[in-house]
Parts: sequence; C-alpha cells; structure tokens
Amino acid sequence: MDHGLLTSIIHAIIVASTPLVFAGLGALIQERAGVLNLGIEGLMIVGALAGFASALAGYPLVVSVVMSGLAGAALASIFALLVLRLYANPVATGLALTLFGLGLSALAGSQYVGQAAPQVSEWIIPVLSDIPVIGRAFFSHDPLVYLSIIVAGVMWWFLTKSRTGLILRAVGENHSSAHSLGFSVLGIRFLAIVSGGALAGIGGAYLTLVQTPLFVEGMTAGRGWIALALVVFASWRPFRVIAGAYLFGGVSIVQLHGQALGISIAAQWLSMLPYIVTILALVIIASRGRGGHAAPGSLGITFKESK
Amino acid sequence: MKKSNLVIGVLALIAVIAAVVFFEPVEPKKTAAVSDKVKVGFVYVGPVADAGWTYEHDRGRLAVEAEYGDRVETVFVESVSEGPDAERVIAQMASEGANVVFTTSFGYMNPTIKVAQQFPNVRFEHATGYKRADNVATYSSRFYEGRHVLGLIAGKMTKTNTIGYIASFPIPEVVRGINAAYLAAKSVNPAVKFKVIWVSTWFDPGKEADAAKALIDQGADILMQHTDSAAPMKIAEERGIYAFGQASDQAAYGPNAQLTAIIDDWAPYYVRRVGDLMNGSWSSTDTWGGFDTGMVALAPYGKAVPDDVRAMAEEARKAITEGSLHAFTGPVNKQDGTPWLKAEETADDGTLLGMDFYVEGIEGSLP
Repeated sequence: MDHGLLTSIIHAIIVASTPLVFAGLGALIQERAGVLNLGIEGLMIVGALAGFASALAGYPLVVSVVMSGLAGAALASIFALLVLRLYANPVATGLALTLFGLGLSALAGSQYVGQAAPQVSEWIIPVLSDIPVIGRAFFSHDPLVYLSIIVAGVMWWFLTKSRTGLILRAVGENHSSAHSLGFSVLGIRFLAIVSGGALAGIGGAYLTLVQTPLFVEGMTAGRGWIALALVVFASWRPFRVIAGAYLFGGVSIVQLHGQALGISIAAQWLSMLPYIVTILALVIIASRGRGGHAAPGSLGITFKESK
Repeated sequence: MKKSNLVIGVLALIAVIAAVVFFEPVEPKKTAAVSDKVKVGFVYVGPVADAGWTYEHDRGRLAVEAEYGDRVETVFVESVSEGPDAERVIAQMASEGANVVFTTSFGYMNPTIKVAQQFPNVRFEHATGYKRADNVATYSSRFYEGRHVLGLIAGKMTKTNTIGYIASFPIPEVVRGINAAYLAAKSVNPAVKFKVIWVSTWFDPGKEADAAKALIDQGADILMQHTDSAAPMKIAEERGIYAFGQASDQAAYGPNAQLTAIIDDWAPYYVRRVGDLMNGSWSSTDTWGGFDTGMVALAPYGKAVPDDVRAMAEEARKAITEGSLHAFTGPVNKQDGTPWLKAEETADDGTLLGMDFYVEGIEGSLP
C-alpha cells in the first residue's frame, strides 16, 4: 500500500468519525448528569439543516457551526422542559424528539434539497503536517475536527477536575443526595441537556458541511443511535468515546477500501464489522481497564423536588 | 392536582407531536375535491423531495394529472416503510375509493397482493415486482439499457482505466446494472477495470460519500452508483472527477462532474395505464419497458463529454431503442469462465430478471 493511499484512508476515517465524536460527547454530558436523551438523532439532523442553511446563506463556517449548535440547543431545551419541569417520561420524550427533529428538518429543509454548500477549507498545521504519512493524515483537517478533540479534552477536564463537573456527576449518580446538599439538580441537568444538544447539532452539521456535503431529509441515517451506543460501551468517558468513534469510523472506511481492493469477504459481513469490532473492543476495555464505570446511578430517573 | 394536570398536558403534547409525525403523512393528500372521476393512488417509499427514485414517480403522477385534467383525482402517501405500514396505507387508499393504486417499491409486493385480494374491484400496479393477480399488474424499467450507454461513455472517458461503482444490495436489478455497464465499457476499452463497493443501504449519504472517496483514492476517475442519494455526485464534483447521476438528473450537485444520468421516466407508463383504465381496456400485464417506451431516459450530456463520445452514445441509444442492439449480446462468459451467451446470442428476460452472477472480467465476488 502506498503512502498516499494510507494517508487518505486515515484522513477519511477521521472525517467519517467526527460526527459520532460530537454526538457521542453530546450524549455523554447529558448521561453523566443523569439524563437519558434518546433524541440525539433528531438533534443531529436539526443541527445539520441549520448549519447547512447558514453556509448556503453565505455565512462563514464559525457562524454555521454556532447556528447548528443553537438549533440543537433550542430543540434540546424543549426536551429539558418536558422532562425536567413537566416530568414527562424521558424515553418516550426522547423518541418523540427524534421523530420530531426528523419531521421538522424534512419540512423546513425541502427547499435546500439540490443545493450545494461551499467547500470548507482545511487548516494545515505547520511543521506537524510535514511529518511523512501521518502529518497529512492527522494535521490537515477542517477546523471542526480539531474542535472535536478540544471539546473532548475540555469535557474530560470538566468532569474530573472542576468543581462544577463534580457537582454534575453527583447529580447524575444520586440526585436526591445532590439535592439535599443544596445543589440545583434541575439547573445542572438543564445546562447539561442544552450543551449536549448543541454538541449533537454540531455533529449533524459536520455531515452537511464537510462529510457529504449536502442536505437531504433523514440523512443522519442512524448516527444518533450509534452515538448513544458508543457512550454506553465507552463507559461514559470522553476519550473512550473518541476511541470508539474512531474505531467505528476506521473499520467502516477500511472495509470500503477492502472491497475496492477486491478482498473477497461477503459485503454483509464487512458491513457488520464496525459494530462488532467496536462493541468487542470497548467491552474488553471496560472489563479490564481500571475502574470501568457503571452507568450513572440516577440515569433516566425523573427527579421530583418535592420528594 | 396541578401535577396531574401537567402530566396530562405533557401526554397530550406528546400525542400531538406523535400524531403530526406518525399520522400526518398517512393521510392521503387530496389534490382535487370531487370524487366521481377516476381516482389514482400512489404509495411512495421515500419523500417526494428525495431528488431520485420517488421524485420521478411523483413526476409521473403529475403527468397523469396534466394529461387528464379534471377527469382524474390523484392521491399519494410518501415515506411509507416497506413493512406492515405499507399494507395499511394501500388498504386505506383502496377503501377510500381509489380505482387504481400504484405501489412503487419492491418491498410492497406482498402487501399489494394481500390488499388486492380484499379489494377485487380495485386495480393495483406494483413496480419492480414479479407477483401478479387478475387485478394486480407489474411494471419495471430496463435500466440496464441506460447502464449500457453509461458504460460506453465511461470506457471511453476514463484516464486511469478504473471505474468506481457504488452498489446497494446484490439483487438482480443491481447486478444486471454492473454487468451491463462493464460489458459496454470493456467493448470500447479492453483495459478497463471496475471497482465495486457494496454499501448495504439504499440511502445513507454519509456512507455513500465515504465509498465515493474510497473509490477515488484507489484510482477511480469515473463513478457510477446504484444508491439513492446525490452524495457521490457531490464528492465527484469536489474532487474534480466525473460521475453519472442515478434515477434523476443530478447536474445541480455536479455541474462539471455529471456526464449524464439515467432518468426513470414513469410518466408515459402512468398516463397509458390510467388511460386504459378509463376506456375499460385495463388488464393485468407485466411491463418491462426501456428506451423504446420512454421509461428509461438520459439526462443531457455534460459539457465534459467530447463530441465523438456523444455521437457513439447516441448511436447506441438509437440502436437499443430500435431493437437492433441488446446490452447483453454474446459471446459472454460468467465470471468463473463458464459460457453464458454464445456469439450473437442475446440474453433472455428470465435470466436477466434473476441475474445472480458477475460476467467474466469483473473482479471480486458477489456478496
């Protein structure tokens, strides 16, 4: 295999994985606060449309990303209102959010079908990108790829080192105790849902701005659900979400290249491979690694202040 | 007290959302009010705005309206999944007085047959299937005729002698397309190679884009696809290579990249069949139309196609239309070297409809 091909494969893997990184981190921050949000898919596609529409309107990338984040956050705040204030069942509400997001984006997005967004330019990092093979593969990406890594780092720091992060985890592990200590369970959860929604929205926007780059209804094609599964198998840790997403994206891309190279394994097996490998790897890491996390203790349980 | 009110409120809200999401599309959209005329129903597998398969069926529906004016009323339901939902939607259309219902996806075959038994007075037309009844006709298009022309253009225009092909599922329809395109390309360029990637989906723009990138990275300079989104066309445009549109004209996504596109034109068939129903000559038939019936058409050639290639493609299209050229003409061997067609022999429809083998020269194995 020549270096050029290897470089482009790694490059493609990172591009294919980045929506999952954003969406996975968006699900993770909510789940660590004890909120199970099955609406990630809906948040992603609404963000995908918002980002695409802004790019078409001629706004720079940073504005498109902010708009997609705002769209995700806005939709997520509806979820927050229903689940936190009105005590709606989070599972049913999350599913409704997915369906609602898909329907809303199809309705609002029909005028954007057939249009093309401007190409996003890559930020080539000097010096590092001159390293043979890996330089071009890792350090000549669009800004969103770097942003996804930074977000994961910040989230890790936030959850493990910051006081607010510890409070967030306390709320997720045992909301009654956190409440009795005087922390605002609903406030923390609201912030987690809104910021998680923004991340999911940006993940969707990556699809429409960089990966495909076009908008068609239903184009997230199940990535929100993969992101949700990744979080569980990554035992609720940010860097494992990245590892899982890259592994999933990696096997997905490598199997495509394998087919094009003429490897004679049934395509159906190859299509299953990303799921199997990712689940196996993350389960093994979780069972062997130090301190594999269990699910946050209050995950998916409705908190009522009066109790 | 207040809380229980809230809970009821939330449930009502969810119900409203669910109702909007679930049930709104199932309510047939009426496009005319009076009902003492021929009522034509359409069941679509995707959204009308998919810029591909369903979009073209809907253009066929509009052609029926344009042709017969107030003598017809058309209704359609879009994005009907190929499961139990389909049966419910088809039955609902029949019970609401549709005289003929077109079900436009392979997966509607069994639901169509089942509903047809319950409504013997309603006519049904199922696209791309093979089960018929007294009141169920089937229809499909010989897309492989279009693939032949695409293959000729690709064979002539490739510089790397590598054509990338993004395939969905190994059903005869898709395999036939690959074989037809390959044989045509090979006939004008003996050095040509096909790289086929099976993505195991009809619609996942992200995955289709990834497959397109993989093929380009491995040297393909022309892409063909048998999946439903325009993502490969968009990637071809970005990377500065060529591609063929699928099901519909995709020049909007690849103004420089699109060489041409196979267009599924259902309008002539729908207009004819509704006309048959009106004058009482409708019967259960099996239609497999190609260039000659107008059901397969090509988008205008892209500006990158040189004049001599254009002339060659037009000549082939004319010959196929007249019946003097068949896309599968011997001598052709199967991939394992066993003879399939003798010299000058053309493939029979039975073999084509059940095609489950690659022809000789295509690398890789069929999944």
